[in-house]
Amino acid sequence: MTLAVNTQTILGRPRGGSFRRDLMGVAVIAVFAAAGYILFPDNLALLTRILSVALLVLALDLVTGYCGVATLGHAAFFGSGAYAAGILSAHYGINDPLLMTLGGIVAGAVAGLLCAVIMLRAHGLPQLVLSIALIYLFHELANKASSWTGGSDGLSGIMPDPVFGLYEFDLFGHTAYFFGVALLLIAFVLLRLVVRSPFGMLCRGIKEDPLRIRAMGASPNAALAKMYVISGAVAGTGGALSAISTQVVALDALSFTQSAEALVMLVLGGTGSLFGALAGTLIFMLFEDYVSAANPFHWLTMVGALLIAVVLFAPKGIYGTAAAYFTRRGEANR
Amino acid sequence: MSAVFEVANLKRSFGGLVVTNDVSLSMAPGDRIALIGPNGAGKTTFVNLVTGNLPPSSGEVRLGGETVTRIDAIGRVRRGLVRSFQVTRLFQDMTPAEHVGLAVLQRDGRAGRLFGSFLNMPEVMAEVSELLEKLGLAELAHRKVREIAYGQQRLLEIAVALALKPKVLLLDEPAAGVPQSDTGRIEQALADLPPDLAVLMIEHDMDLVFRFAKRVIVLAAGTIIFDGLPADVTKDARVREAYLGNYANASHVA
Ligand SMILES: Nc1ncnc2c1ncn2[C@@H]1O[C@H](COP(=O)(O)OP(=O)(O)OP(=O)(O)O)[C@@H](O)[C@H]1O
Ligand SMILES: [Mg+2]
Repeated sequence: MTLAVNTQTILGRPRGGSFRRDLMGVAVIAVFAAAGYILFPDNLALLTRILSVALLVLALDLVTGYCGVATLGHAAFFGSGAYAAGILSAHYGINDPLLMTLGGIVAGAVAGLLCAVIMLRAHGLPQLVLSIALIYLFHELANKASSWTGGSDGLSGIMPDPVFGLYEFDLFGHTAYFFGVALLLIAFVLLRLVVRSPFGMLCRGIKEDPLRIRAMGASPNAALAKMYVISGAVAGTGGALSAISTQVVALDALSFTQSAEALVMLVLGGTGSLFGALAGTLIFMLFEDYVSAANPFHWLTMVGALLIAVVLFAPKGIYGTAAAYFTRRGEANR
Repeated sequence: MSAVFEVANLKRSFGGLVVTNDVSLSMAPGDRIALIGPNGAGKTTFVNLVTGNLPPSSGEVRLGGETVTRIDAIGRVRRGLVRSFQVTRLFQDMTPAEHVGLAVLQRDGRAGRLFGSFLNMPEVMAEVSELLEKLGLAELAHRKVREIAYGQQRLLEIAVALALKPKVLLLDEPAAGVPQSDTGRIEQALADLPPDLAVLMIEHDMDLVFRFAKRVIVLAAGTIIFDGLPADVTKDARVREAYLGNYANASHVA
């Protein structure tokens, strides 16, 4: 005789409810956002910039942290998003911030696909070099197409309408800040879903052993290309936010420096976790802002020293190391 | 019975070294074949060639009547040709449940889904737990692979292969690296393989070979020197010579 057994009970469930962690994540971001708003009301422009760069670093984490593809060209998608949103407003009079954001998302995704097609032909060091070549090409293209982008003068004349026709982008940056927080929260929740999905699991496999994934009948390159599109869309969102909030787009949105800094922030926070990406961005940009004001001559030295300290003593990144520490503590106390 | 898998005149060399020399064989559903041969005979290379991981210099591979020589490794897996690895290739940070779940999802074309978790998909979980249960891995379903014993990792390799519902299964030394005392579980898993599956197993452990195989193929220096019944393999003069040339004694085949 066979008993009808619920298979779920046979295997049980892995520890740690993921839904609760999602809620906690949203709560943590909301608390930080509120704290920033209350503590630094005069510095909302900086905070909004942190939000837009955080989207770039999250996007980078998707391909570097979750899929293992090292790249120094990720600002290409951020910049594409920024220019798309800016051009929509400055040249086409499409000033609805939601449409501008959508334009940024689409442009980032398209740029992501384009770069994936080129980058995924190589592996390792040649791939890294390709990413650098691509960011230079994007940069040069934006520089040359000055009738569209304003070239080295930057793109101006971006005038976003009020959000939902109600909330005007004010001089103090209140609206831009809340708009950015909303974008980050939405991106965070969607990405949590993605990294836990079957696709996210597939990508973790690819990161560890692409040949094994092929032996399971899945195409690593197809999956990576898909992740590039998603990543491009997220970075493009960040770019659009930057264009909408600052109302200008400068060439360095699309620069090697911006790409490299994003990678530094990711490593600082910890790769392969969304919180690591957020923590890295926050710490790097606050540190940069604080130190460059306190000591304008040596701030780069201090940033360098911080980086060396983290890489040597906390190779999993600040968040990654802290998380590992608390997990171990938690297990010891069980 | 008609062949599900055929290899014709397969050749491959590395530089001057001929590693696969005009190898032909055919397999029917339900076959249990052992591919044996001294170290470096070209057994793993044979698997790499037929699965599309290594291009042959010449020759043909057919799967269910279709010529797949020009189809890549992924395409061959999707057509039912699945292999395991001589040294386990598993994802250290993933759990057995995730491995099998990923394989099931991939087989069904759902590994690209961007939301949900297989833990909440009852049909997937039913298959995952059935397979893990069958291979005695249910207890470890949610442990990380890095935390489980090597013998159990070998079983998980088999579970992943089976989750892909292959027509032809190529096992490259499924018991390699597992202490003799722990091979029982693996042997049981081999005995429980689906009856209509065509299986070719590479193995050095002759006890295992004799209990498993209905047909033995001996490869030496890239050439098939014997293809016949297990009972006849030890009597074959060329086989004895091939092993004697490599080992100090012939007890391995005896
Ligand atoms: N990529 C390669 N480049 C050069 N030579 C190779 C390569 N792969 C395998 N060989 C050589 O081909 C020969 C056959 O190797 P193969 O791994 O197929 O042997 P095997 O029969 O599986 O041996 P074992 O029982 O030790 O697993 C060996 O001499 C090996 O050194
Ligand atoms: Mg071998």
